[in-house]
Amino acid sequence: MTAISTSGLTKRFRGGQLAVDHIDLAVPDGSVYGFLGPNGSGKTTTIRMLLGLAFPTAGQAALLEVPMPAGATRVLHRVGSLVEGPAFYPFLTGSDNLARYDAADRTADPRTARARIEAALDRVGLLSAAEKRYRNYSLGMKQRLAIAAGLLRPRELIILDEPTNGLDPQGTREVRALIRQIAADGTTVFVSSHLLAEVEQICTHVGVMRTGRLVFQGSLPELQQTGAVRVTVQTADPEAAVKVLAGLGLADAQAAGNAHPEASAVLGDASPEQVCAELVHAGIGVRGFAVTSPSLEDLFVGLTGEGFDVDG
Amino acid sequence: MSTAEVSVPAEHAVRPVRAYLRFFTAELRLVFLRRRNLLLLAVTAIFPLVIGIALRLASPHPQGRNGAGVAFFNQLAGNGVFLTFIALSTLLVLILPVVVAVVAGDSVAGEAGYGTLRYLLAVPAGRTRLLAVKYGTIVTFGLCATFIVSAVALVAGAALFPVGPVTLLSGTTVSLPDGLLRLLFVTLYVAAAMAALGAIGLAISTMTEHAIGAIATVMILVVASEVVDNVPQLAAAGPYLPTHWWLSFDALLRVPVDTSTLLRGLLSFAVYALLFCAFAWARFTSADVTS
Repeated sequence: MTAISTSGLTKRFRGGQLAVDHIDLAVPDGSVYGFLGPNGSGKTTTIRMLLGLAFPTAGQAALLEVPMPAGATRVLHRVGSLVEGPAFYPFLTGSDNLARYDAADRTADPRTARARIEAALDRVGLLSAAEKRYRNYSLGMKQRLAIAAGLLRPRELIILDEPTNGLDPQGTREVRALIRQIAADGTTVFVSSHLLAEVEQICTHVGVMRTGRLVFQGSLPELQQTGAVRVTVQTADPEAAVKVLAGLGLADAQAAGNAHPEASAVLGDASPEQVCAELVHAGIGVRGFAVTSPSLEDLFVGLTGEGFDVDG
Repeated sequence: MSTAEVSVPAEHAVRPVRAYLRFFTAELRLVFLRRRNLLLLAVTAIFPLVIGIALRLASPHPQGRNGAGVAFFNQLAGNGVFLTFIALSTLLVLILPVVVAVVAGDSVAGEAGYGTLRYLLAVPAGRTRLLAVKYGTIVTFGLCATFIVSAVALVAGAALFPVGPVTLLSGTTVSLPDGLLRLLFVTLYVAAAMAALGAIGLAISTMTEHAIGAIATVMILVVASEVVDNVPQLAAAGPYLPTHWWLSFDALLRVPVDTSTLLRGLLSFAVYALLFCAFAWARFTSADVTS
């Protein structure tokens, strides 16, 4: 079963701007899916369509195999969500705010409401602040209350849009731990983020957005395989090393570094042991030898473009 | 999280009507316990009192003075019950519409402004269901405000002026219970007028995420309608204006009751309520929530 699937999902705003351009998401059941992309790449618009808040201009979407937005009232109570930051009534307490959302849920059992609200608050560590007004909450507490709202019922899928936005490192760690816990219970987690370290630490699958298009989708190891593994040789004579590497048929052989001169090339199908042996055999003084996979950041930038190079 | 926490059969045991009532009650609590709204209700309660005291002071000899040009004022001196009609017709000009406009204009736009609208829809509250609960709350609040005016005016009128058989505008005198029954119908008629205004407010509220803007728009519509209604050259448009029939409740204070005027008024309210509820529904169930 797929927790989220879309085909050709498209959103064109009234102004003509294509915010989401024919994306085909496939979020496997039980995965922790990192939805990556620079700001403005269409992540939030996609999430709004998944939750039935915005209507797609073309294509289909399904949550837990129920078509959206048509099936919104049939499926959304099985889905917890945090969309574009927390939103509550500032003049109500934390627990009254949760009670309000729970009362709006036609399938929630009023008899268990109090217990469920307390359990959700306890889960995010807000039980002691339950009777405090929302307006007096800190940013981290607000974020956690929003997650608590997502946990009011047992959920099969949790959709979190930038859950650590604006949090301090402490808060970020807490949210990350919470996401791990939720996933460990068997709930599928779909988390959008532009924080790569976060995604690398908790996600099993990733989808990468760039200007409304899904430019990659797969498991984290699959993403890592798309980047070329390189061999790097530290040596006093990088030029000679480059010749040897190129002679072995390795692509993109190049020299680099002044203080620590080195030569590197794409490993390809060659075995690192053989490359090292050949270097030594050719009389290159090898000070260090490394096989490196590209970092997620390199891969991400490779897929989405350099910092300010984001296409509008 | 254990999926056993709430077993599946228990989920389906929640009846739709009960769930509706629960949501409606929660909405009523939210609206009625909000300080701003309580203040509005307090204002509607104070006005009849102030009007009563002012009229009492202005006419020290209950039998000896003719009131201002308004029909009810002449009757007040003889009977405290008329304070209710004076209070209702005075507050209908601005205060009651403001009270309804605030709650109706805030209903959806306020949620959008707080961002709570997206979470209510993700709960999922259901768009049609949310709108129904919102409108139910607006109507209840308007009904409440109208009854507060009548109740306070009745008590103040009884305390400040003599009370007895009621001499109606047609000159006929009816018993006090008959007079009170007519007062009940007058109050319900005014509440119906406010329910129609509430529908207009709800529709406007679905079009913006700025509650203040929605509230102001409703008030501008009310004032504009009242102004147009008072321009003799535009008399032809009069019967179609939303405010035109508001004060027609005096039809209940005649013998025989002028039912055709009353029915035309109620028809106007029903048409406005239906039209704008339909507009609100069409708009709200098809628009993207971007707040």
